[in-house]
Amino acid sequence: MDDLIAEFLTETAESLEVVDSELVRFEANPNDRKTLDNIFRLVHTIKGTCGFLGLQRLEAVAHAGETLLGRFRDGKLEVTPIAVTLVLHSIDRIKVILAGLEQTGNEPDGDDHDLISQLEAMAEGHEVDLTAVQAVEVPDRPIGGEIEPAEINAPALGVGDIDPSTGRALRPGEVSEADLQAAFDAADGPGMGLQPGDVDPATGRTLRPGEVSEADLEAAFAAAESPDWMNEPVTEVVDTKPEPVAEVAPAPVAAKAAAAAPAPAADALQGLGGEDGQGINTIQSIRVSVDVLEGLMTLVSEMVLTRNQLLQISRNREDSAFATPLQRLSTLTGELQDSVMKTRMQPIGAAWKKLPRLVRDLSYELGKKIDLVMEGEGTELDRQVLELIRDPLTHMVRNSADHGLEGTQERIDIGKPANGTIKLSAFHEGGYIVIRIADNGRGLNTGRIREKIIEKGLASRVEVEGMNDQQIHRFIFAPGFSTAAKVTNLSGRGVGMDVVRTNIEQIGGQIDLTSLPGQGTTFTIKIPLTLAIVSALIVGAGGQKFAVPQTSVMELVRTGQNAEHKIEKINDALVLRLREKLLPLVQLGPTLQLEAAKEEDPTFVMVIQVGERRYGLVVNDVLDTEEIVVKPLATILRDVNLFSGATILGDGSVVLILDPNAMSERAGNMLEEKQDEDAEVVTDSSESERVAMLLFKAGSGAPKAVELEHITRLEHVESSQIEIMDGRAALQYRGKLMPILTVNGDYSSLLHGDSTHIQPLLVLTGEGYAIGLAVDEIVDVVEDRLQIELSPDRAGVRGTAVVAGKACEILDVSHYHLRGLAEHQRRPQSSNEERAVA
Amino acid sequence: MSIRDYVTLRVGGQLFGVDAARVHDVFHPRGLTPVPLSRSEIAGVLNLRGRIVTAVCARRRLGLPPRPEGSPEPLAIGLEVHGDSYGLVIDSVDEVLKLDDEKFHSPPGNLPPRWAEIIVGVYQLEKELLIVLDPHTLLDAAHLKAA
Repeated sequence: MDDLIAEFLTETAESLEVVDSELVRFEANPNDRKTLDNIFRLVHTIKGTCGFLGLQRLEAVAHAGETLLGRFRDGKLEVTPIAVTLVLHSIDRIKVILAGLEQTGNEPDGDDHDLISQLEAMAEGHEVDLTAVQAVEVPDRPIGGEIEPAEINAPALGVGDIDPSTGRALRPGEVSEADLQAAFDAADGPGMGLQPGDVDPATGRTLRPGEVSEADLEAAFAAAESPDWMNEPVTEVVDTKPEPVAEVAPAPVAAKAAAAAPAPAADALQGLGGEDGQGINTIQSIRVSVDVLEGLMTLVSEMVLTRNQLLQISRNREDSAFATPLQRLSTLTGELQDSVMKTRMQPIGAAWKKLPRLVRDLSYELGKKIDLVMEGEGTELDRQVLELIRDPLTHMVRNSADHGLEGTQERIDIGKPANGTIKLSAFHEGGYIVIRIADNGRGLNTGRIREKIIEKGLASRVEVEGMNDQQIHRFIFAPGFSTAAKVTNLSGRGVGMDVVRTNIEQIGGQIDLTSLPGQGTTFTIKIPLTLAIVSALIVGAGGQKFAVPQTSVMELVRTGQNAEHKIEKINDALVLRLREKLLPLVQLGPTLQLEAAKEEDPTFVMVIQVGERRYGLVVNDVLDTEEIVVKPLATILRDVNLFSGATILGDGSVVLILDPNAMSERAGNMLEEKQDEDAEVVTDSSESERVAMLLFKAGSGAPKAVELEHITRLEHVESSQIEIMDGRAALQYRGKLMPILTVNGDYSSLLHGDSTHIQPLLVLTGEGYAIGLAVDEIVDVVEDRLQIELSPDRAGVRGTAVVAGKACEILDVSHYHLRGLAEHQRRPQSSNEERAVA
Repeated sequence: MSIRDYVTLRVGGQLFGVDAARVHDVFHPRGLTPVPLSRSEIAGVLNLRGRIVTAVCARRRLGLPPRPEGSPEPLAIGLEVHGDSYGLVIDSVDEVLKLDDEKFHSPPGNLPPRWAEIIVGVYQLEKELLIVLDPHTLLDAAHLKAA
């Protein structure tokens, strides 16, 4: 592709994004001259450059858009949403043409007459028909490849454009090129300092028609309010090209940008020994291609590896002649690494740039008034991470607008401000960046989520009952979960929050939410600042070494024969008792099917937290912690998917980096299988709430307990009333025959010689039947946390828990329901008459 | 008439050729780290001058029996596919041959499927046949899955 066109594409894509958000701002505040001037200048620049490059389709659309903007500027036309939509349409059209241009190097064929005629009609003050304009699907251009945010020489090229001749008479309402140029010049502040024919001191020749002197440009840029997007930290700034115009223009802006928000590049340069203390205006920036930066990063990564290698060697040696210089080298390498990292940092605002336009469009589509508030746009993170969170963020903002916020009328009815607010904020915390997406809408519908959880079989009703609201809300991150009652154009397309969660967890991040009914929902995302270099624990299992990223390791527990913590078995599942909780364990060696692992004794458990899941990874050895450079695995190995990459250790060996997320998924499958067998045993009941429980004695062994909610009533009946036949027992209870069960299935205990003996019964009711459970003695009703610690040893018992200071067996009510049901089915004649008893 | 350079190599006694332009280097695959749960063709990953190279066993890829005990240390040729560095582990490397396109033939139709898709063609040398391998399909994950 022609270099000029490539450059034009890069610059224009950037300008267009700015125009998008500026237009939205302009619509909200039509009297803001500065915003309009800024938009006008950007569109003019695009148009000018198109003419210069002979891109006729683009030029025609841009020209018509500019004409309309010109009418706004002159105050001859009122700014209406329709007019703004029309301008946005023309921006979209330009984007489509640009996409075609990028692919083929030529403007794609097409007719823009529909759009241009409407733009012209609008400019003339006629009624316009938006439906006449063909809506176009704007291809999503990732910004990050060849297009870099923080391009700032866009306006420069525009200034030097050659006025393209329209070659026809002006239509009513149209503005001539010359007029526009004049308006444009005026907008930028100073008029023409040099007249054509004067010798420009900078270039030493007379100005060509349409050319502007350096002095004017300097003045123009100094006078013009630098738009927001220019204030973003600049990673690559000034292009020193021989053309006088391009050479001069960006420099002052770069200085401005650097002054407004200390650019990381400038920071880094200073850190590297750049001349500081000479005042802000002398901070110099140069434009560096991303490839060079990536190359630099790779080199530094290699250097970190080599340093690690040297440190390893020196550790094994006694002669210390190398020790001091090596220490120094090590420190310097660390500093170099930090500095190079900084050059890769970009403000998160780059990922938010498309959102104002998105929210504006959503606002019209949904008929909701939405304000988008953004805070901390300047918060920086690695460009690689930035690219990866762009889509999840967009999805979440879309969700907030679509599902989170109420309709305008609904808001007014419930006394909320008519405009819904979506607030994006970002800040640094430790080695992480925290991003919040908050709306002040209706909050999550806890009831519906609860039903959905049960309906989808994600948890049983009993489990759901025991959860607090936040635990229930978190289910929206579960795969395949979507509560959208209706599938709208915007969301509810089956790609839900689980995809967002997966994307975020893939880069080592975490996502959580809080939601209050009627007050809104806040999503919090926490992601590491960089992915290139991470600190990792080097562990051994099955005779092999593996690296585990330290961010996901919560703690390390020593286990083994003499250790305080012992690994215990429930059926085949391994668990660790840790601070009165049971931690499900995954053995690294056997999971990876390493033969040598069979001979090993597990010595360490790494407690790993991934999102909501916490598990223990059993390893044979923990060898070291090391800063590792993550290198991707070859495509041929991607299907293994337990490893996120590989790295070279100090000793030169290659180790695989475990992906704790994928491990937990694999472990999760195993754990869920176990959960089916052992029901509650592996359930993390740390947050279980206090429940009322009935303590009683029945049969031999430990006292028993059952949650009070399962008991319909307590009855005391005379033993003689219980009829025993064929090894079954029943009681005439409220006109029905109710089966009587015992905890051990032995009915002989019910036979009492003393006919006046009073038999306590727990009455359990199910759908259409009742069961009586005969017990020896009812001890107490207590309120306590129900934490089942030990596995059940027989049917009818969920496990053992400490209740009110005593170890009690917890009754499995469902088991008795089944037995009761079986009893009823053996008595068809009576079950026909059964009704709900209680 | 055009001449091409081929690096010739042997796997299980058979002579193979790979376009010399595709071969980055020839090295001894040492310090291999096995990759658990990976396909059987994968010999492991290794550090080749600071690069992580994935070693693929040619014998297993071609469905040949493993190397007999006591055979000399294997070699690997460095290839790049889809930007990833691979080492194809082979028995030995012969010379680089300049071969005339005119003597190039498309592969015969009766090859087993595992071979057919990774063979570009055959040269009839005086003494034996030289089978030209396509590094791309040889090391491509999709083709590997199909194999």
